[in-house]
Amino acid sequence: MSSVPKQDLDSWRGQVSKPKRGVPEGLWVRCDGCHATVFRKEVDKALGVCPEPGCGHHFYVSAATRIRQLLDADSFEEWDANLLPSDPLQFADKKSYKDRLVSEQKKTGMKEAGIVGRGYMRGRPLVLGLTDSAFIMGSMGSVVGEKLTRAIERATEKNLPVVIVSGSGGGARMHEGILSLMQMGKVSAALARFHEAGGLFISLLTNPTMGGVAASFASLGDVVLAEPKALIGFAGPRVVKSTVNIELPEDFQTSEFLLEHGFVDRIVERKNMRTEIARIIDYCGK
Amino acid sequence: MPPPQILQFERPIFEMEEQLQKLQEQSNPSAHIKAAIRNLRVEIKRKTREIFDNLDPWQTVKVARHPERPQTLDYLELVFDEFIELHGDKSFRDDPAMLSGFAKLEDRKVMFVGQHKGRTLDERNAHNYGMPNPEGYCKALAKMETAAKFGLPIICFIDTPGAYPGIGAEERGQAYQIAVNLRDMSRLKTPIICVVIGEGGSGGALGIGIGDHICVLQFAYYSVISPEGCAGILWKQATPENSAAAAQALKFTAPNLLELGVIDEVIPEPLGGAHRDHRAIASTLKKSLLKNLKSLSKVPVDELPDHRYEKFRRIGAFDEGGISDAS
Repeated sequence: MSSVPKQDLDSWRGQVSKPKRGVPEGLWVRCDGCHATVFRKEVDKALGVCPEPGCGHHFYVSAATRIRQLLDADSFEEWDANLLPSDPLQFADKKSYKDRLVSEQKKTGMKEAGIVGRGYMRGRPLVLGLTDSAFIMGSMGSVVGEKLTRAIERATEKNLPVVIVSGSGGGARMHEGILSLMQMGKVSAALARFHEAGGLFISLLTNPTMGGVAASFASLGDVVLAEPKALIGFAGPRVVKSTVNIELPEDFQTSEFLLEHGFVDRIVERKNMRTEIARIIDYCGK
Repeated sequence: MPPPQILQFERPIFEMEEQLQKLQEQSNPSAHIKAAIRNLRVEIKRKTREIFDNLDPWQTVKVARHPERPQTLDYLELVFDEFIELHGDKSFRDDPAMLSGFAKLEDRKVMFVGQHKGRTLDERNAHNYGMPNPEGYCKALAKMETAAKFGLPIICFIDTPGAYPGIGAEERGQAYQIAVNLRDMSRLKTPIICVVIGEGGSGGALGIGIGDHICVLQFAYYSVISPEGCAGILWKQATPENSAAAAQALKFTAPNLLELGVIDEVIPEPLGGAHRDHRAIASTLKKSLLKNLKSLSKVPVDELPDHRYEKFRRIGAFDEGGISDAS
């Protein structure tokens, strides 16, 4: 599991509230949902969810943490960890893409935004893919596209269900230009063949799932689940706002908004995720 | 006639053309003037070639968006012999940014799908500047499925700044509908030819862009994001300077796309760009379409989806170190 982070990036660990009245730094964390200051260990225990009564804010969790939360202990076997990003366009904005990749790798301990592999969920074998929004916004470039495509192809061969957890605010990665856009077509085409072969694909949308990721594999689940209050959509809310020039609805592009409009099947709290996914796999006889 | 719209870098050409016109207006021109006219004609061609051979990516975007550049409805008139529009998406409403229908190309019957931007302000508003809503993608796919059912090849003309980023578009599943098109176009058992005629704006373009043969006109562009959008995010401000830098960095011009292995063919434009000669580009485009329809008609339709898959399967650039640890 070479690309799984060594250090923990989970938001309630990294983002620490200002010390108040001598409370040691790092023990407490401020919740983005209810703005309460909560005990970090409690958040940890609740799988990265705010323990305050009536809040239930779902914090960011890294791909590595999610694998631990979703799969049976030590059952994950990573595939294609040796696929590394290259710089096909020799892209540079204020910073070169090469330097950006190196600093993102250092920051996250991951080699790329996507991890795929095989594991067991309550004893059920499956193929799991994840994108982690900490690595260049979880955007899909050639590596994420290729890893997911290979994982789907193997799932097709082995007749295994596929679960993909999306956490991609960035959509298709700009730094690899048109090659990133084409990954949307590539992964969707792999899913089409998987679908024809009768494969079960469960897509789990987490905060955030936007742009080219939302407009490709993330939307194509036989069953689409979402964590509560995740930001999910095609165009970024700022772009929409500047286009239409009116106030956006309060719950615009949230999981609840998508459920209401018929694009999400179920909103599932993190603590129930394993049970829910395992049950869907059983219903579909996979 | 309204004055022609002139791009900054086209100005030298137009100045010479004005000169030429003045010379030509003289009655009983002397031998000296006749020679000057001949020289000027040669010089105009040389200058135009010089300018258009050296367009930078940002200038190419300006040509791709040129208000006089031929658009889908122009091509339907100039390239096709018949167009029978089919409006229904059978889900929400007719999206005027996406046109579809039966079309005839000489003796070949095809299904046509394409975005249309409009030229005048009224037209542009009516066609939503070529930015489809989810129902536009839904209509496009429905017509493509009809085409596959009845053995008609599909021709998609791409010309959009992007899928529309509106509240209604999000409510009606813009992301979902584009995703479905990517998935389902990849399996259609009929030949699909896609041509980027102007702007190939991101997911909005790709939503009708999964095909067996992908062409891009010489001065069209096809990109993951608009140069302005990219500049706004990575350069923090979408000034013209930053947009030009983003256009350079994104490598989205026709020669770049060919080199990156994303497209199959660049269709050459007449001297000075497609907007200078609608008939010439239409004729080149028609020849390309007929040639590709012919060659694709030789592939058994059952084999097309797998060829199409392999075509997209190959796209991407990464480093693979060591052996795969997949079991």
